[in-house]
Amino acid sequence: MTMKGLAMRSPAQRSAAFRFPAHSIAGRAGTSLKHEHLQAILADEKRDRFFEVHAENYMGAGGPPHAALNRIRHDYPVSLHGVCMSIGGPQPLDETHLGRFKALVDRYEPALVSEHLAWSTHGTTYFNDLLPLPYTAETLARVADHIDQVQETLGRQLLLENPSTYLFFPASTMSETLFIAELVRRTGCGLLLDINNVFVSATNHSFAALTYLADFPLEHVGEIHLAGHIEQADDEGELLLIDSHDRPVTDAVWKLFDTVIGQYGPIPTLVE
Amino acid sequence: MPPVEGREGDSGEPSYAAVFAGALLDPDLATPAAVAGPKSKAAGKRYNIYRNNVTVSLINALAAVFPATQRITGLDFFRAMARFYVRATPPTSPLLFEYGRDFPNFIEQYEYAQSVPWLADVARIERAWLDAYHAADLQPLMPHALASIPPEQLADTVLKPHPAARIVRSRFPAVAIFTTNRGDSSASRVEVVEAEDALLTRPALEVEVRRLPPGGAIFLTCLIAGESLGAAASAAFSDTPSFDLAANISGMLEAGAFTTALYGESR
Repeated sequence: MTMKGLAMRSPAQRSAAFRFPAHSIAGRAGTSLKHEHLQAILADEKRDRFFEVHAENYMGAGGPPHAALNRIRHDYPVSLHGVCMSIGGPQPLDETHLGRFKALVDRYEPALVSEHLAWSTHGTTYFNDLLPLPYTAETLARVADHIDQVQETLGRQLLLENPSTYLFFPASTMSETLFIAELVRRTGCGLLLDINNVFVSATNHSFAALTYLADFPLEHVGEIHLAGHIEQADDEGELLLIDSHDRPVTDAVWKLFDTVIGQYGPIPTLVE
Repeated sequence: MPPVEGREGDSGEPSYAAVFAGALLDPDLATPAAVAGPKSKAAGKRYNIYRNNVTVSLINALAAVFPATQRITGLDFFRAMARFYVRATPPTSPLLFEYGRDFPNFIEQYEYAQSVPWLADVARIERAWLDAYHAADLQPLMPHALASIPPEQLADTVLKPHPAARIVRSRFPAVAIFTTNRGDSSASRVEVVEAEDALLTRPALEVEVRRLPPGGAIFLTCLIAGESLGAAASAAFSDTPSFDLAANISGMLEAGAFTTALYGESR
């Protein structure tokens, strides 16, 4: 069973049985929630954006993180972004972690829920990084199973984020865009398009970002991420871009963003 | 945690994750042969970006849990010490606010930290601080809660600890050193020299760190372990003859260390 038959319910339909207002996220710009800015956020009366939070930061039992998110969720739509489900790994998903994730979804009724096409846990070791995988028929089947499991557990659609990578597996038998398009087809998941990741990977793997976007199933994108990167050199002394999240969005990335938006209209967008 | 699955499919070959993960925390190992750069480029520096991300992000995670410890040692000392720890003891949970539970024990054994014998205890307070921060939200007992218990049942009364309550014992003035090195204020010289035991609580949203009076740590440790008020008090008196029962009880209630008093038939 997949999520294909389960169309996302509209926020208005969901709100009747739920605790929070059903703020629509359509066309909004987003900000990562920083608790030190909480008072300024609550004082802002415009309320025209959405906030994105890393799910793991709210997996404690209680305390200030939940108090803050609860306040924010009353006034804004929230995007719940997971960074360590390890969906792209060969081992079974951590069901304890998946259970915690579901509890957060149930508690905060986020407008969007996303995770990464990557892995971060092997055996029992958590590496705290988004690690790459080969794109083969075997990994495709495994990742599709993992996405099915997540969507069935959460009872809703997951947006999958495209990775930034620095190397590849020669064992791969298909392109990243084909792999992602096939995951969408098999699982009914949506996509979180990180345009900086596209730009970083394009530079690092010597392909054109526009070609990647032309092959990417853009009609399934439910959210966009924009971020900055830093420049380093590879073994050959040539440019290697690092997805560092600590620099302003570059002009090239904004230009790609304009291309996507020009084609598909406004999509909820987070500047990281 | 799921079982380790180092093999993929029926091929008997190690999985891509096993191959890739193998050298992540060991800079002396070769770059895995399963990865490459584009157009026959080398993978060495490319793989090292992942190595660097893993180690640096985990050191940063420890620095976030132990800011006072880092302030005492200085940045370079802390990061060198943390690098040893990260490589020897990477996290086993994706929740990084759970990381570093045995970092204080590591510090205690760390060769270059022997001249700072109180450092491990400050780290213990910091680890307990974060546990209190994320603990479940519960209303603590009101300060006058014990007043309504019939006096003859007081000795048999048992108290349920608040989920945030933690005790850290130290042979050093660890509370004063922690307080001086935590937060934005410029670190001043710590004048206290005697041993300090800490009580950490979070009655509402703020974590509170208190210095316990003499005998207080034994008294509270017994109570948290489920012993009765009478048993806990006699343990404290026999360890510390100057133990002040009334002051300790009012102090622990004011701190919000307990949530419920069970006495008589409610026990």
